[in-house]
Amino acid sequence: MDVELRDVHKTFGAVHANVGINLHVPAGTIQGILGENGAGKSTLMKVLSGFIRANQGQILLDNRPVIIHSPADAIRHGIGMLHQDPLDFPPMRLIDNFVLGHEGGLFPNRTTAARDFTLLASQFGFSLDPDAYVDALTVGERQQLEILRLLWLGARALIFDEPTTGISAAQKEKLFSALRLLAEQGKTVLFVSHKLEDVEGLCHRVAVLRQGHLVGETKHPYTTEKLVEMMFGKAISVGERNPCAGCEPTLSLHNFSAEDYRLKVRDVSLEVCSGEVIGLAGMEGSGQGLFLRSVCGLVRAVDGRISLHGKNLTGRSYHAFKRAGTAFLPAARLEEGLAAGLDLTEHFVLAEKPSGFFVNWEESRQLAQSRIAAFNIRGTPVSTVESLSGGNQQRALLALLRVPLNLLLLEHPTRGLDIESAIDIWSKLKERCKQGTSILFISSDLEEILQYSDRVLVFFSGKVTPPLEAAALTTEALGQLIGGKGWEDFALGKGA
Amino acid sequence: METNTVIIGLAGVLAAAAPVLFAVIGETITERAGIINLSMNGTILLSAMGGFAVANETGSLLLGFLAGMAIGTLVALLIAFSSITLHVSQVAVGFVLTLLCRDLSYFLGAPYMNIPGPRLPSSLLLNLGPGETSPVVEWLVRLPVVGPLLFRQDLMTFLSILVIFSAWVWIFRTRPGLMLQGIGERPAAAFVRGANVNLMRYVYTAIGGAIIGLAGPTYSLSIKAGWMGTISGLDGIGWIALSITIFGGWNPLRAAFGAYLFALLQWLGLVLQPSLPNIPSQVLQVAPFPLMILTLLLVNISNTEWVERMMAAMPERLRRLIAKLLRALRASPPASLGVPFESE
Amino acid sequence: MKKKIWVNIAFQVGALVLALLSTTLLLLAAGAPPFQAYAAILKGAFGSAGSLETLLITWSPLLLTTAGVLITFSAGLWNIGVEGQMAMGAIFTTWMLRLLQETSLPPALTIVLGILAGIVGGALWAGLAGALKTFGGVNEIFGGLGLNFVSTALTIYLVFGPWKRPGVGSMSGTEPFDRSLWLPTLPDTELSLWSLTLSLLALVIIIVLLRGTHFGLRLKAVGKNPKSAFLMGVPTWQYSMLAFLLCGALVGLAGAIQVTGVYHRLLPNISSGYGFLGLLVSMLVNYQAVWVAPVAFFFAAVNVGSIQLQLMYKLDSSFSGVMQSLLVLLVLLGEGARQRFLRKH
Repeated sequence: MDVELRDVHKTFGAVHANVGINLHVPAGTIQGILGENGAGKSTLMKVLSGFIRANQGQILLDNRPVIIHSPADAIRHGIGMLHQDPLDFPPMRLIDNFVLGHEGGLFPNRTTAARDFTLLASQFGFSLDPDAYVDALTVGERQQLEILRLLWLGARALIFDEPTTGISAAQKEKLFSALRLLAEQGKTVLFVSHKLEDVEGLCHRVAVLRQGHLVGETKHPYTTEKLVEMMFGKAISVGERNPCAGCEPTLSLHNFSAEDYRLKVRDVSLEVCSGEVIGLAGMEGSGQGLFLRSVCGLVRAVDGRISLHGKNLTGRSYHAFKRAGTAFLPAARLEEGLAAGLDLTEHFVLAEKPSGFFVNWEESRQLAQSRIAAFNIRGTPVSTVESLSGGNQQRALLALLRVPLNLLLLEHPTRGLDIESAIDIWSKLKERCKQGTSILFISSDLEEILQYSDRVLVFFSGKVTPPLEAAALTTEALGQLIGGKGWEDFALGKGA
Repeated sequence: METNTVIIGLAGVLAAAAPVLFAVIGETITERAGIINLSMNGTILLSAMGGFAVANETGSLLLGFLAGMAIGTLVALLIAFSSITLHVSQVAVGFVLTLLCRDLSYFLGAPYMNIPGPRLPSSLLLNLGPGETSPVVEWLVRLPVVGPLLFRQDLMTFLSILVIFSAWVWIFRTRPGLMLQGIGERPAAAFVRGANVNLMRYVYTAIGGAIIGLAGPTYSLSIKAGWMGTISGLDGIGWIALSITIFGGWNPLRAAFGAYLFALLQWLGLVLQPSLPNIPSQVLQVAPFPLMILTLLLVNISNTEWVERMMAAMPERLRRLIAKLLRALRASPPASLGVPFESE
Repeated sequence: MKKKIWVNIAFQVGALVLALLSTTLLLLAAGAPPFQAYAAILKGAFGSAGSLETLLITWSPLLLTTAGVLITFSAGLWNIGVEGQMAMGAIFTTWMLRLLQETSLPPALTIVLGILAGIVGGALWAGLAGALKTFGGVNEIFGGLGLNFVSTALTIYLVFGPWKRPGVGSMSGTEPFDRSLWLPTLPDTELSLWSLTLSLLALVIIIVLLRGTHFGLRLKAVGKNPKSAFLMGVPTWQYSMLAFLLCGALVGLAGAIQVTGVYHRLLPNISSGYGFLGLLVSMLVNYQAVWVAPVAFFFAAVNVGSIQLQLMYKLDSSFSGVMQSLLVLLVLLGEGARQRFLRKH
């Protein structure tokens, strides 16, 4: 299907998310939509898929102007969208997910639906059991399910929003070959991503968005430098490492094991030097989250020993770890990090050790004021945290950390932030390192891992590599490990 | 105990469970759509009073039951409006409505206290129409065991059983039912699949409310015929029904099992009382409440943090065993229960 | 900014007018002349020294239950078990007084011990609901309700069983205590300055605690987002438990006051709905402790005043409950409508 957008504008309050976008995608094309976080890619795709209405502009499908009222309306027009976090129903069966939303009689015929499902799946080489439950699937498999469902509903143009985040290398290969097959069948594929590598490897054409504007279009073959320049408007420099010479260990783990009902992380032994940054790489749900949460006592480890500056903390609670100078910053800022409904001053009071029985509000407000200035938070002492933007929330979280800190654990420290906020956050973190704080962080952004870590641990379905020197790693090597390749080289403990 | 007494007793249990079933199934449907109707305890009282008053004034049982359903629907719509449209806390509004409906039933019901009124015929099949009962009915009613157990029941008991199965078929077998599950689980995903989430939430809350509204008249026009105000013994049933909904894991069949179990326990309490003179009657009367707490404990305990921590310290095999056991007991609510939805 | 204030006022006044309108319709439906009925309520509440006295006697337990549930609300908990906690307070006080009345202990000390026992009883019962929530994952609404029914049954059992009056037990309660074990009252009245002072003092303490202390702030954080509060270093479940215990203590004190200062015995329905009324008052003041005193006073006036309705127009006394919950419902809805209005404009 031929898809065309003409002069699309979309504003959210004062933010102009899309400014006069014109884009034409002929049938049978894989069109890349490239841009950093917050560039307006998702907004544009939500307009096309009927999630939101543009303030101005036109959508033409096969050269006929259409008005798309809702996502369901979009699919009737032949446009289907796969969201980054697949919009499905985890506690239900695949077949029910497949059938849900398909129109027809009162009683859906699951037998014929299952037949269609299997037939479609075999076309793309997907092996999915229609009777399995969705919550047992990986993100990659859930994407496959969504692709099949949308095709069954008659989609002729498919939008993929950051589909390679959180899936394995093998699944990515499968996905890409499916997308190529779709294009061969004459379907239109819109591939939204901020990963150059994926776009270069897959797309016939690329459109680049920056700050709401469509800043350029190019065709295969690409030059990476040009794409980067279009994306960021400038070339970015790689941050420097501060390799620690004489190692003074802060955190030491010995045969450390943790598990939840899905996953086991076994026998990790590790010494972290003061001031060192360790990146934890892996697909979402490969065990790095569980590992990080057990290193600060949020999840109790099932085996092994953990100590901080020589102090044995095995089996102790999170608050004992906190007292020993550990801090944990969760990825879900408003869900776990900050308390919506409380203002910044109240947060600063909460984060400090309480002195006395009564709160000195005047003093606290001054403290809040000075921290807000020091950390460039756009807000006032009486701003509630939910009124802050994502970057400011993250800065607020960093501002809340107590000053002497031995160990800082972070989940996705820059997820969802624009590039400048990300650089700003990392400069604050590096300052901490200079003061002797060790950092362990999770990121799904390989470049972030390589750029800022001294050493890297790679996780793959609960298995962990020994610490790898980041300087000796490449994105390719890391990507392979994350996807489960090349693990033979490591002599892993028998438990792993 | 004689077999006969037992069978008649069990038949009584089936009948006594009918109003609880209406309440539980109505609430299950409502919560499946993502709305909590916490007003149930008051709704049951008000619909009991209203149903009785209308039946009394008009002489029509049908109108009495319809009045009950109308009251249930109205209260439910008020909850739907406040939570879906106004985003007010469902628990707060539900709780206030519970008190309001209870006091309203006492206030408006004062003139109908302790007066005789119409009552549903105690057996549906024997009162199908004027004239002779058909030989088939005669034969059915006289069947051993199933005769008294099933075929002498009244209309509402049959209806309550019908409601269980229709709700189950609707939720798990039909296309709109599948969407209903989706709406309570993940409204955004249901919206993408074409559901008008908020409209559907209104509709299912209203339908659930109408079914809950049948519970009141089933008491006041059948099981405990008449209106007796504060001493009618209906205060508390709604709360029990709410916890049975949780126990039932939002599945009509498991919920029905809970309702029957509750009715059975109440009956056992009555039967056993003469043989257990040492246990005061008050203790047996409230026995269902601690039991309710206990069942909620079993259903929920695996979600607590200390259990997780304790399990992590156990040897591997024991840990696996206990994890399996707790997961079988656990009931997970629809993921978006109580969460408002905006499409943009 | 100025417009916003007018919008706020308009919605609040609107809610009040609607509430008044609907109660008027209800009065008409019940066949009572509405204006005379309202006048009767006013007269019943403020018309004489005697009625004012009853009003103050009603006010003090309501202040205590409201102050109590403000703490649990602050921690994000719906302590519906408050009725049972009050009854438990009364039971414990009665038990302590019965235990000590035959001894040679000075009456004043007996009363103090009795009141302390009530505080402990309320706290224990609330602690049980809290423990069920914390260690068993049982939602406090259901745990609390279940415990309410249990405490009611226990009261009835005691009144008709072990503690029954000589002869036969009746709904009028246990045998009244000796006058020496009554809380001292103002001369020629039944009003005890002790209970009034204790209640007001408790409210002031709660206001200060919630607004000005680390404890109050941390409690608020637990209520707003327990996960974040935990990560910020607040021992979450301990704070939830503390909230339950404190609330139970205040509510238990209310129960103790009903026994020592008002009824001088244990009655089957000793909590008389004060607990639920306290929840309503908290919602009406939007959980702002400073407004509790006047609003609770108004609710008490409605309670006392509507007794007149029963006498004059044979209206059921539940009318006061209807009025109060209607008012809260409409104010809640009005607040929701206001916020929706502000979102849209």
